[in-house]
Amino acid sequence: MSVSVRSTILSQFEQVAREQNRKLAPLSDDLVLMDSGLDSLCFAIVVARLEDALGFDPFGATEDARFPVTLGDFIAFYEDAAK
Amino acid sequence: MLRGRSVLILTRDQLTAALALIQIDGVARRLILCPPDLAIEHLPLVMATAQVDAVVSDYARADIGAMDGTHFITCSARITPTAAVRDERAASEWILFTSGTSGPPKMVLHTLGSLAGAIHTGGRLAGANIWSTFYDIRRYGGLQIFLRALMGGGSLALSSAAESTADFLIRAGSHAVTHMTGTPSHWRRALMSGAAPRILPQYVRLSGEIADQAILDSLRAEYPLATIAHAFASTEAGVGFEVEDGLAGIPANYLGHSNHGVELKVEDGSLRIRSPRTARRYLGNESAPLLDAEGFVDTGDILELHDGRYHFSGRRGGIINVGGLKVHPEEVEAVINRHPRVQMSLVRSRKNPVTGAIVVAEIVLKPELAAAEPAGENAALKTEILENCHRALAAHKVPAAIRIVPSLEVTPSGKVARPNA
Repeated sequence: MSVSVRSTILSQFEQVAREQNRKLAPLSDDLVLMDSGLDSLCFAIVVARLEDALGFDPFGATEDARFPVTLGDFIAFYEDAAK
Repeated sequence: MLRGRSVLILTRDQLTAALALIQIDGVARRLILCPPDLAIEHLPLVMATAQVDAVVSDYARADIGAMDGTHFITCSARITPTAAVRDERAASEWILFTSGTSGPPKMVLHTLGSLAGAIHTGGRLAGANIWSTFYDIRRYGGLQIFLRALMGGGSLALSSAAESTADFLIRAGSHAVTHMTGTPSHWRRALMSGAAPRILPQYVRLSGEIADQAILDSLRAEYPLATIAHAFASTEAGVGFEVEDGLAGIPANYLGHSNHGVELKVEDGSLRIRSPRTARRYLGNESAPLLDAEGFVDTGDILELHDGRYHFSGRRGGIINVGGLKVHPEEVEAVINRHPRVQMSLVRSRKNPVTGAIVVAEIVLKPELAAAEPAGENAALKTEILENCHRALAAHKVPAAIRIVPSLEVTPSGKVARPNA
């Protein structure tokens, strides 16, 4: 499960960057999301697409009121919600 | 030189605009504060509507086109104040631009009195605070903070469009900012920047979009010592109210009586505000009246009452607010419907944790073509439609997701049924 969540997320980052003509930084777990080359609108689209692809939105469900800062946080956020 | 004139303040730089405002208020008959994103092609209309006869700008005259018979005054952030003689009886009119959608800009008439109406309420917000705001001070939300800092004897750290959210927060932190304001989308971006711990505010305010419980809780967790407030304000209706109990929505007892001269009510589903802080009227002859017969402004924001609190559920007419930028669904639908295989479409808002809301579309295909269509080719069709949207629309208006549906509900009057419409 976690491998597919991760790969789904990474492919959404790449696809949205392509659609929005953004230069995506090399994706690694310690990449700060705001430095990834995507802007707020791109993240909004990624989250909306992930909700469609994975069937859930951890931002809406979580009790933990922390926003992910790095790509690793972001993936863990989704992986935890998928458990 | 500017006495009695209608003065357009058009600057690249926020600080230049700030200095020009201080200098010109009480001197000019009217000052028109241009927002940073005003399209130059709208200038002739703006100048005619506001009867501009002088321009104060840090642009070169040639950059903004010829303006015959208009005084042009070059201004920079290095101007020094002079002891202008102000006529206290003749308050300048302040013309602000509404946070528009598309098409020609809309202007409303305020005075310094209506703009500052929310400021003299004393309490925590009075005094020499160190303010900062994600807003540009040439728009209503930012101008409020500028005036608060100025009138309260505090200081203000301006944001800059050229600076990343993280760099701005680090700079704000280095100035020991105590009071900071922005939209929920601004704050979400701050929390994702990694630099949110670089400021230690006593007071955090959200306005301009719906503040949901998740963003209020996230800010509470990040700034446990701060007051987390959400406020309603618009260029037209002024500052309506502020909620400080940390919960989303508005306590029902805020409505129906006067609080600091501000009266709120719900009529036909939407929030109405009557107060000395509202704008007086729209500028231009063909505009509808801003105030109804009883002096209320219809905000167009739809409220629903549950569990003792009113909650915003969207905009009248289904206008979608994507991170502070408004989208008319009809504009997006018109682009989608140009595709030869689309019969009809519905563009709607979907809740989003990053931008508050995002645009999504549902489409119905023309029946003769839909029947012959192998299911797998829908992906290519969606891509074509999205490409059309990207070509014709600003990025925030392009649907994040498209769903092909068998049918859409149509009202008795023959229109696509819209939520909240």
